[in-house]
Amino acid sequence: MTIEELRKIAETERAAQAKCPHKVCVCIAAGCLSSGADQVRDALKREVAESGMQSDVLVKGVGCMGLCSAGPLVEVRTEFDNSAQLFAGVTAEEAPELIRGLDTGSVPLKPCPTDVPFFERQQKIVLENSGRIDPERIEDYIAADGYAALVTAITEMTPQEVIDQMVRSGLRGRGGAGYPTGLKWSTVAKTGEQEKYVICNADEGDPGAFMDRAVLESDPHRVLEGMAIAAYAVGAQKGFIYVRAEYPLAVKHLRTAIKQAERLGLLGSNICGTRFSFQADIRLGAGAFVCGEETALIASIEGRRGTPRPRPPYPAEEGLWDCPTLINNVETFANVAPIVRNGAAWFAAIGTEKSKGTKVFALAGRVENTGLIEVPMGITLREIIQEIGGGIPEGKQYKAVQTGGPSGGCIPEQHLDSPVDYESLARIGSIMGSGGMIVMDETSCMVDVAKYFMEFCMSESCGKCVPCRAGTQQMHGLLEKIAAGEATPADLALLEELCELVRGTSLCGLGQSAPNPVVTTLKYFRKEYEDHIAGKPCPTCHTAPRCDTGAHEEVVR
Amino acid sequence: MQTYPGPPPLPSDDKRWKIVEATARRHGREPHALIETLHTVQETFGYLDETALRFVAASLRTPLSRVYGAATFYHFFTLKPKGKHTCVVCTGTACYIKGAPALLAAMEKRHGIKPGETTPDGELSLLTARCLGSCGLAPAVVMDSAVMGKIGPDEMLGRIDKGLGQ
Repeated sequence: MTIEELRKIAETERAAQAKCPHKVCVCIAAGCLSSGADQVRDALKREVAESGMQSDVLVKGVGCMGLCSAGPLVEVRTEFDNSAQLFAGVTAEEAPELIRGLDTGSVPLKPCPTDVPFFERQQKIVLENSGRIDPERIEDYIAADGYAALVTAITEMTPQEVIDQMVRSGLRGRGGAGYPTGLKWSTVAKTGEQEKYVICNADEGDPGAFMDRAVLESDPHRVLEGMAIAAYAVGAQKGFIYVRAEYPLAVKHLRTAIKQAERLGLLGSNICGTRFSFQADIRLGAGAFVCGEETALIASIEGRRGTPRPRPPYPAEEGLWDCPTLINNVETFANVAPIVRNGAAWFAAIGTEKSKGTKVFALAGRVENTGLIEVPMGITLREIIQEIGGGIPEGKQYKAVQTGGPSGGCIPEQHLDSPVDYESLARIGSIMGSGGMIVMDETSCMVDVAKYFMEFCMSESCGKCVPCRAGTQQMHGLLEKIAAGEATPADLALLEELCELVRGTSLCGLGQSAPNPVVTTLKYFRKEYEDHIAGKPCPTCHTAPRCDTGAHEEVVR
Repeated sequence: MQTYPGPPPLPSDDKRWKIVEATARRHGREPHALIETLHTVQETFGYLDETALRFVAASLRTPLSRVYGAATFYHFFTLKPKGKHTCVVCTGTACYIKGAPALLAAMEKRHGIKPGETTPDGELSLLTARCLGSCGLAPAVVMDSAVMGKIGPDEMLGRIDKGLGQ
């Protein structure tokens, strides 16, 4: 494969697509799929075949379009006037009307407005192909400039030049901690010539986060391309994608993508006739949150129980089978190809001084528009929730937004104008995290939320170190007591003391960050804790003294 | 040079063991294929019993303790057979905020089962998921691989009855 051959594939595919005046894209990512998108797609295809319009209308299944709450989504693109219309909540019964409408130029369905902040405030890099290309066809990805970055990198650049680009771009790890990607790559590259590995961390365990899932389902080749470029830069020959078994569609698309890329010689031995070889393999997770931690993830790939080990040595020096290993998150790898293609300066111009580029968030909870969004770093939380998210439904009051999952914190109203970047979020007690963003309104009791996350950390603790294993258990017990209205002020003091202890002495990130939801809710909503202890009615459910979400739900209904 | 014993005999004539055997062979019977092989067992048999664990240990030349350790460590693996139908209620944050506890309460009230339990007639198992990644559709429930989004307790129970053929 040479760059000319790649361009030829792209041109052939583009020409084939341009022949078709109408393109009907049906979102078949998990969200829309569960509201029957596959039936819609089949009905559309059937109608096209029955009315003999195959040469005029191309129906294809594409990845996530973002507005998951309004699925199934169908986008109609018309070639000659370059217009696009988005239809929400399409049913299989409406398919014939839609296809017939294309012929006459007026589709009888009401289009979903796309000039609203939800679409206009977003800036797409990672999700640029999501909802546009068919994730199961490599030609479609190549037609969207796919694999051009890989071919350019291995035929025209030295590994050091690739790393320099990463460093200059300012890309930071999208898994949550924000470690500079270029620095990580150069650490692995500096270990000299020996067996090395590249691992893609797709063990998206945070409850309330589905960014990596969407990227893998909608644009799997982008991740493979990023991994291959990384392997070239650091000198690895083999890579693993550690993906959750709970994401069968993502696994299926990845498997297809690997096969297709191998067939075209974009993965495998002697890629593009060079000495560079790279083999990618999938490893399935088995439902352990702690496996998102890099050393636990490595243990799991080695076929052992996923328990972390102390660092250093860091995986960059001693990782998988004690070989230097580069571990990056799905979204980090998804940023690599655009950076190589468009240059480091282009990427560095987006975002804030210390946090470059964009971030994908899974916006969920009590907000009007739930779904997947990609925004430039530095946007404020208020803009995300009020403008993109469309505010809180049913006229309820905003209470908090939770970022970073069980390791993050709850951010109250007064910090809504804080920009979204690694440092600002850390300053107000939360973290960027992998991108889960859950909005809560006045019906959510903060003690209950803290209890929920503590229960999560308690049962996901791997049990290797005592502070995490026993500490989370004790903290959960105290939170239960508080929620039940049976606690004393001394219990609250003990809870605070335990927060410090568990944070300071746990072995890995799971334990070190487990107290965060408690710490932030105590900081911003202390009164709710004190009211529960004083036996006052819970400000949320008014069903004192016993307070649990089951009760909340009944009151809300 | 160290010599290894050959692969163990299949536990029975059941053809499914050949699928398990193929996974072990594909990974060169290396111990690191443990989780992949356990996935295959669970996919083909539905759960991991003692025979399966012993067979996997022997085929991968791994101590049984390590096989049992991994099988019990990971939530995805189950050592007990599931019911004929399974209902998975997502308890991720978004689903929790939007009413997953009420769904679980309804299940307990109607079918008398808690998460992880199966009805006495072996028809229905109730499971919870940490997060299905369908947060945009919270609360989400999966009945026999069909995802139901934005669902309330009554609608859920109705759909489950339909799934059970009642």
